[in-house]
Amino acid sequence: MTVRLQSDKFEPGDLLAAFCKGRRDVGAVVSFTGLVRAEGESVQALELEAYPGFTDLQIGAMADAAVERHGLIDVLVVHRTGHLRPGDPIVFVATAAAHRRAAFEAADQLMDYLKSRAPFWKKSHEAQGARWIEPALQDYQDAQRWDMSAPGPLEDRR
Amino acid sequence: MRVLLFGPLRDVAGWRERTMAPPPGSVVALKAALARDDRALGEALERPGVQIAVDRTIVRGDARLSAEAEVAFLPPMSGG
Repeated sequence: MTVRLQSDKFEPGDLLAAFCKGRRDVGAVVSFTGLVRAEGESVQALELEAYPGFTDLQIGAMADAAVERHGLIDVLVVHRTGHLRPGDPIVFVATAAAHRRAAFEAADQLMDYLKSRAPFWKKSHEAQGARWIEPALQDYQDAQRWDMSAPGPLEDRR
Repeated sequence: MRVLLFGPLRDVAGWRERTMAPPPGSVVALKAALARDDRALGEALERPGVQIAVDRTIVRGDARLSAEAEVAFLPPMSGG
């Protein structure tokens, strides 16, 4: 299981090729790449802030839980931070399992978590100015499909 | 001790990281000290959903603080 936060750009194809290389016990690899959307032409840039040493730990705990739940052989999560432009890859998730169902479902679950609850703070720079973004209702509802609506042990909401 | 602000809190305060002498006691005392310096920040820290991490673990408001502690104020998270 690997979780990486980085400000440098990444090439999704290279990550996928490296993730697949040399595996003999894996029958299925699913990958997801998220790109920054321009939302028409309104979004000029995204600024993504993480808390290094905390954000990666929390994502790692969620990745470990996905490994356990779906019986994965391996997981890779790469997430960019800092300034991003529309079209830039922002997140890459790859899951490896013996069979496809587990790999699909685990990737789906991890993305729902990353989009709704992962410790990032996101600012959208738009023509009208900059604003901080909160998860969309749809992101919360997606996360609830995996019973993650209740605060977990890593979150102590007062 | 080190105090870290994230997301919108950083914009409210105009700083991201500050080293300061720990107020005697708990996170409550630290929040009071920050609010005395900067009322807008004090109010922002009391908004719903602001969590506190001490040495990268989420804690309650009455958590004790050591002189070496790293205290982070985490406003509601946006996801990636």
